Amino acid sequence: MKGIITVVGKDKVGIIAKVCTFLSEENINILDISQTIVQGYFNMMMIVDLGSTQNNFVDIVDRISKLGQEIGVDIRLQHQDIFDNMHRI
Amino acid sequence: MISRYEVQETNKMIREENLDIRTITMGINLLDCACEDMNKLCDKIYDRITFRAEKLVETGEIISKKYGIPIVNKRISVTPIALVGGATGASSYVPIAKALDRAAQTVGVNFIGGFSALVHKGCSNADNVLIESIPEALDVTQNVCSSVNVGSTRTGINMDAVKRIGEIIKLTAERTGDRSSIGCAKFVVFCNAPEDNPFMAGAFHGVGEKDAVINVGVSGPGVVKKALEDVRGKDFEALCEQVKRTAFKITRAGQMVAREASAMLDVPFGIIDLSLAPTPAVGDSIAEIFEEMGLESAGAPGTTAALAILNDSVKKGGVMASSCVGGLSGAFIPVSEDHAMIRAAEKGALTLEKLEAMTCVCSVGLDMIAIPGDTSAATISGIIADEMAIGMINAKTTAVRIIPAIGKKVGESVEFGGLLGYAPIMPVNPYQCVDFINRGGRIPAPIHSFKN
Repeated sequence: MKGIITVVGKDKVGIIAKVCTFLSEENINILDISQTIVQGYFNMMMIVDLGSTQNNFVDIVDRISKLGQEIGVDIRLQHQDIFDNMHRI
Repeated sequence: MISRYEVQETNKMIREENLDIRTITMGINLLDCACEDMNKLCDKIYDRITFRAEKLVETGEIISKKYGIPIVNKRISVTPIALVGGATGASSYVPIAKALDRAAQTVGVNFIGGFSALVHKGCSNADNVLIESIPEALDVTQNVCSSVNVGSTRTGINMDAVKRIGEIIKLTAERTGDRSSIGCAKFVVFCNAPEDNPFMAGAFHGVGEKDAVINVGVSGPGVVKKALEDVRGKDFEALCEQVKRTAFKITRAGQMVAREASAMLDVPFGIIDLSLAPTPAVGDSIAEIFEEMGLESAGAPGTTAALAILNDSVKKGGVMASSCVGGLSGAFIPVSEDHAMIRAAEKGALTLEKLEAMTCVCSVGLDMIAIPGDTSAATISGIIADEMAIGMINAKTTAVRIIPAIGKKVGESVEFGGLLGYAPIMPVNPYQCVDFINRGGRIPAPIHSFKN
């Protein structure tokens, strides 16, 4: 099962570190990362593989969103199917 | 691999342009609940609904989190109650409405539809009991929605029912007069009612359906409006293409949610209803789409053409995206639920007559329109008859959900709250139609119904 993580917010030190630490602890593998900074705003998209994690997808969604609140950025995890369905025939 | 652009586009639609799944509606068959004892019938109905839909709301919330897309409403539609209640021989079906209301509150859905009768050719005794129960049922319940199908292209229009419904609407308005006549906002009268419509107030579970089914209504007028900003000033081919592409994406999201809900609840997937349904929020409006197309206001000359283009292009994009399109599928034009329609009605740009013309080319009909509280029952029946005739002759669904707001006059407005919004009181043509409505009987089926 693949998920898409998007992180948007004011840039600061350690955003990627904190997100990656969280993913590592959850046993979630990162397949792709792209990241830019536009006018001080941090914008990252990750494609991750949740095949090995023990935890429930919806729980992880809640916890990663909470992590975002702690850091002060908006973090979302969504199942890849919504993007596949909307953009691929 | 999914590109960054695609992820951003989807998330922009959800976060900034109000893309959402408007409703997951579970249709539940109640035909086999029928029995002679009213109390037993009510218990059976309550048990059936709470058993079938126990996990409906929870499932909606899980899916919403999983894909990061809001699912605004979870709802239930049931077999038209007139078909279930007949065996009791009771003189009122209000106890059934109360049982539906209790069941809705137990499972946590915000509306339950199906306090309905299908009388397009004639009224059975049970149909009459149901119709007479409507004012009290909508007064004493919170979440129950009611509908009556009074006409069809195949059968013509039951004018006896049209006459009585005009009076029933007035009675409902009076009974709920202390609450903005809100009872009328939960009642709709149809011609050619679809049996698999997931949208309220007209949802019911048709007799041709399975025991239970999941129908999903998608929405997203805000997304269409934003997409049209990219083709500002371009010709109609470019305009239609843009609407089609957008409708395709919206429908695909809906289909995915419907399949997932169906699998999680172990209930068969029925249809996707790809209607553009506005909400009172700014940026979630059909009338804003008209303005983006180049009209100064909804109601201006060109509005019917704009709506025809929108409705047709949405369908073309939607049917490409899902092979199970059904329900009403098109554009809704409820006045009170669309801030730019309200604005247009307030300044006189949008009249009842223009709305009637628009219903010839959109998915439903005169929807959430407030009129003066002293409008006569015969005039309301006349408005219904006109709308039903449009549906009958054009072989399309038409509906009327009209609110004679008790104690209110033109120039005032009435507040319903929540998704139902607020509506300015619109003027009604003052000339009478009493003798026409009093004729009674049935308008025979139109010539083009003879297809066999």
